[in-house]
Amino acid sequence: MSVIGRSVPRLEDPPLLRGEGAFAADISFPRQLHMRVVRAEMAHARLLAVDVSAALALPGVVAVWTGEDVATIPPIPFRATKLKGLEPYCQPILARGRVRYVGEPVAVVFAENAALAEDAADLVVADLEELPALLDAAAPPRDFDATHATEPAILRKSYGDVEAGFAAAHAVLDLDLSIGRHSGVPLETRGAIARYDAASDTLELHGTAKKQHWNRDEIARLLGRSPTSVHLFEGHVGGGFGVRGELYPEDLLVCLAALRLRRPVKWIEDRREHLVATNHSRQQRHRLRAAVDAEGRLIAIDNVFFHDQGAYVRTHGARVADMSAGLLLGPYAVPAYRATGHFRLTNKTPAATYRAPGRYEGTFVRERLMDAIAARLGLDRVEVRRRNFVPVSAMPFTRPLDALGTDVVLDSGDYALLLDKALARFGWEARQADIARRRAAGESVGLGLGFFVEKSGLGPSDGVRMSVDPTGVVELVTGAASVGQGVETALAQIAADALGVDYRCVRVVRGQTNRIEFGSGAHASRVTVMSGSATHLAGLALRDLALGTAATLLQAPKESLTIVDGMVCRADGPALPIGEVARALAAGTKLSRERAVPGLTTEGWFHSDHMTYPYGVHLAQVALDRMTGAVAVEHYLVAYDVGRAVNPKLVEGQIIGGFAQGLGGALFEEFRYDERGQPLSTTLADYLMPTIAEMPPLDVLVTEDAPSPLNPLGVKGAGEGGTNAVGAAIASAIDDALGNKGLVTRLPVTPREVLRLLGEIEA
Amino acid sequence: MSEDRSLARRVNCVVNGTAQAAEVSVRRTLADYLRQDLGLTGTHLGCEHGVCGACTVLVDGRAVRSCLMLAVQAEGCAVTTVEGIAPDVVTLHPLQTAFAKHHALQCGFCTPGMLTTLLEFLEEVPAPTAEEIRIVISGNLCRCTGYEPIVAATLEAAAVMRGGA
Repeated sequence: MSVIGRSVPRLEDPPLLRGEGAFAADISFPRQLHMRVVRAEMAHARLLAVDVSAALALPGVVAVWTGEDVATIPPIPFRATKLKGLEPYCQPILARGRVRYVGEPVAVVFAENAALAEDAADLVVADLEELPALLDAAAPPRDFDATHATEPAILRKSYGDVEAGFAAAHAVLDLDLSIGRHSGVPLETRGAIARYDAASDTLELHGTAKKQHWNRDEIARLLGRSPTSVHLFEGHVGGGFGVRGELYPEDLLVCLAALRLRRPVKWIEDRREHLVATNHSRQQRHRLRAAVDAEGRLIAIDNVFFHDQGAYVRTHGARVADMSAGLLLGPYAVPAYRATGHFRLTNKTPAATYRAPGRYEGTFVRERLMDAIAARLGLDRVEVRRRNFVPVSAMPFTRPLDALGTDVVLDSGDYALLLDKALARFGWEARQADIARRRAAGESVGLGLGFFVEKSGLGPSDGVRMSVDPTGVVELVTGAASVGQGVETALAQIAADALGVDYRCVRVVRGQTNRIEFGSGAHASRVTVMSGSATHLAGLALRDLALGTAATLLQAPKESLTIVDGMVCRADGPALPIGEVARALAAGTKLSRERAVPGLTTEGWFHSDHMTYPYGVHLAQVALDRMTGAVAVEHYLVAYDVGRAVNPKLVEGQIIGGFAQGLGGALFEEFRYDERGQPLSTTLADYLMPTIAEMPPLDVLVTEDAPSPLNPLGVKGAGEGGTNAVGAAIASAIDDALGNKGLVTRLPVTPREVLRLLGEIEA
Repeated sequence: MSEDRSLARRVNCVVNGTAQAAEVSVRRTLADYLRQDLGLTGTHLGCEHGVCGACTVLVDGRAVRSCLMLAVQAEGCAVTTVEGIAPDVVTLHPLQTAFAKHHALQCGFCTPGMLTTLLEFLEEVPAPTAEEIRIVISGNLCRCTGYEPIVAATLEAAAVMRGGA
C-alpha cells in the first residue's frame, strides 16, 4: 500500500514537542554580539542628523552605525514581478535623508548583550523634521523624493472589448470595496545570526527561511562576495505565511557587521518591532464595474484598484498587485476584462505577500460582485455563480491573462461538482429554512459563500538529490524550505513511495545552501508540486539504479526484482537490504567503476511552465449581536479540491490553520494608524489574532476530483485554500444577515462597523 | 546595566528537578534566565508582553508567563519547562504523544506553552470537556493549527493519563 495518501505521523514533531527545536533565537555562537535597531518614530520626516555619541560611550557597546556607515551597500532589490521603474523605491538598509514609516531602521547598535544593546539604542537621537504623512493610497500621489512620485507604476492587464461589453449590458454594477491592512504575524518573530569564519573565508547566516538560495545570491552580491562563500542555514521556523524569509534590512546588517566586526552578530526582533517592521499585506481598494446580461452572466469587468504598498518596494516588487489583477476572475468565464492597478506608496510599513496574496483580496471583491448581481437581478446567489462557472468541458481553460509571469491556464477542475458537494455537506437548503425562521423571530442571521480558484506549484524548476547510505537510510537534499507546515514528512512520503522504503527512513535536508546548489524555497504553495515531483522522479530513478545493481548481486533479471520496505526482493525469496546495494556501489567497488559514478545516489529535476489551480468554496453562517455588533460564526465549511492529498491530515491542518488566519482578516486583524501615521496596532493586545474562543465549528471537505495533469503525482498545493475565501464568505453572510443590500464593502467587519451598518438600516 | 553585579542577586531554584544556583541580574526575566543562563531554549518568547502564552512554564505547579516574571522571583521555586515534561529521552509524555497523533502542532513555536498550560489544567481536571479545554487555552495564541486539533489531542491525552485508553 502506498504511503502517499495516508495520514502518517510527522517526522518533524519529536524535537518540537520536547523543546529541542532550533528556532532563530535558540542559535548562539561564542563571542557573539547583539544587534539592536533604532527605528524612526515619525511616519514621514527629513532625517537631519543622528547623534550616536551617548550610545557609543556606554561600556559594552562595540559599534553604532547610521546610514552614512553603510552608504556603500545598495538598497534591497526585488526578485519578483519586476515592473519597470520600481528600482528607485527600494529600501536602503539604514535610512538616509528621509524616513518614510514608523519603524524604519535609522541606526543599529552592536553590544555585548541584548539588554545593553537596547539600553544603548535608547540613547541614539534622531533629529527629525516632520513632513505630512500620506496614508491613503487612493488619494492623489505626492512626491516620494525630489524626482519620483508615490505612484511608481500602473499595472495594466486586459483582454476582450470591455467598452462594448458595457454598451451591451442589461445591468451595470458599480462597487467600491476595501480590504484592511493585516499580515501573517507568525508566533516567532524574525531573527538573524551571522558569523564570519575567516579560516575558510565563509559568511554564514542562520535563522533564515523561505528563499535561502536567492537570498544567498543577493547577500553575496550586495556585500561584494562570491555566492559560494556565503551560506544560509534554516533551522526550525515559527511560521512563515509569506512574510518571513524575505530579504530584510536586518539580514544585511548582521552579515555586514559579522564581516566588519569579526564577531558573530545576533539579532532577534521583538514583537513591537515585528508589527511595524515585518511586511504588512492586503491593503487594497477596488472600484469595480461589471456588465451583466439579463440572466446574470458576466459580460465584462473593469477592475480599477489602488494597492497600498507602504513606504518602500520590497522583495516582491509588484507581485500582490500583479496577482490582484491577473487572478481576480477566479472560477468564472468573463468575455472581456480590464485591470488597472495603481501601485502606490504611502507612509506605512512596506507591504508584500501574505498567505493567498492577491486572492484573499480578489476573492472578496469578486464574490461581493456575485452577491450584488444576484441582488440586482433578483436571482439566487448560488445560481449566479453556477451560471458563470468555467465548465468542466472547457478544461484546461486558457485565460488571456498572465500572473506571476506565466499565462493563466486553469489546468483542471469541476467547479459545479464541488459546489454541489459543499452545499449538501453544509446543509445549505435546510439552513436557509432555519435562517428564515430565526429572522422571523427577530434575529439577524445570514448565510454566505465564496467560491475561489487558488494557484500553486509555481515553476520553473526544482531539483533534489537523493542517496541511500550503507545503513539503508535515505537522504533527500532539497532546495525547498520549511516554514513548519510538514515539508519533511510530505517529501519523505513521496520519496518512500517511489523508492520502496519506509518513510521514516528518509532524512530530509532542506534550507541549507551548502548542501545543494539550487533551490526555490517554500512559497506560493509550490513545495509539494515542484519539489514533490522532483522527489518522485528522483525516487523512481534511484529505484531503477538499485534494481539494476541488485540484479547483478542477486543474479536475477532486474525486471523480476521488487523493493519492499527497504529490501530488494527476488521473486523466489532471497532478498538484500537496500543499504547493501549502496555498499556495493561505494567508491572503488567494481560495480561503481563500471557505472563511472559511485554511490546509490541520483538527482531528480522537475520543470513546469504553468501553475496548477486548486479550487474551493467556503460557506458560512453568522449571527449578529445587535447590542454589541459582534459577529458570531455559527458554522463554517471549507471545501477544497487539491487534486491529490499526499497526507490528508496535513492538508486538513493547512486548511484549518489557514482558515483561522483568514478569519482574523475578516473580522479582527488590522494595522491601524492615526492621522499622522503613528501605528496603533503595536502589541498583540491591539492587533487581534483569533484565539480558540473565536474559532467556529469548522467542517473541512477535501476532495480529489481534479488531479493536476501537469505533474506526475496529480497534486495541487494545499497551503492557501483555507485562507482565500474567508473574507468573502463572512462578508457575504453578514450582508445576508443585514438583508442583502450590499452594505458590507470593507474588511475587517469589526463590531463597530456592524453597529454602523445596523444603524444605517434602521435609519 | 544588565551586567552590573551590584544589581544582581543570587537565585536558588529547582528547574526540571535539578537544583540551580546563579547570580542573576535583577531585571532578567525568568524566560531569559531559563533560555540564556540555563540553555533551556524550549521556552519560547512570542511577544514578551504576556499575550501569546508561548513562554508559559510551571512554577510550583502553576502555569506562569515566564516573560512577565523576573528570575529573582523564582527564588525557592520549582520550575518545570517543556524540557522537563517527557519522562526520558525515548518516551514522550501522553500529552506530547497525543499532540503528534492529532497534528496539534505545525511550526511548534507555541507548543511548549500549550503543553505546560494544559499540564497544569489536566492535573486539576483529569476528565475535562472539550469546552473546558477551549477555555484553558484561550489565552494561548497559535497561528498554524486553528486550535481544534489541540482540543482533540488533549481529550485523548486526558483519557490516557486517567488510564482509560
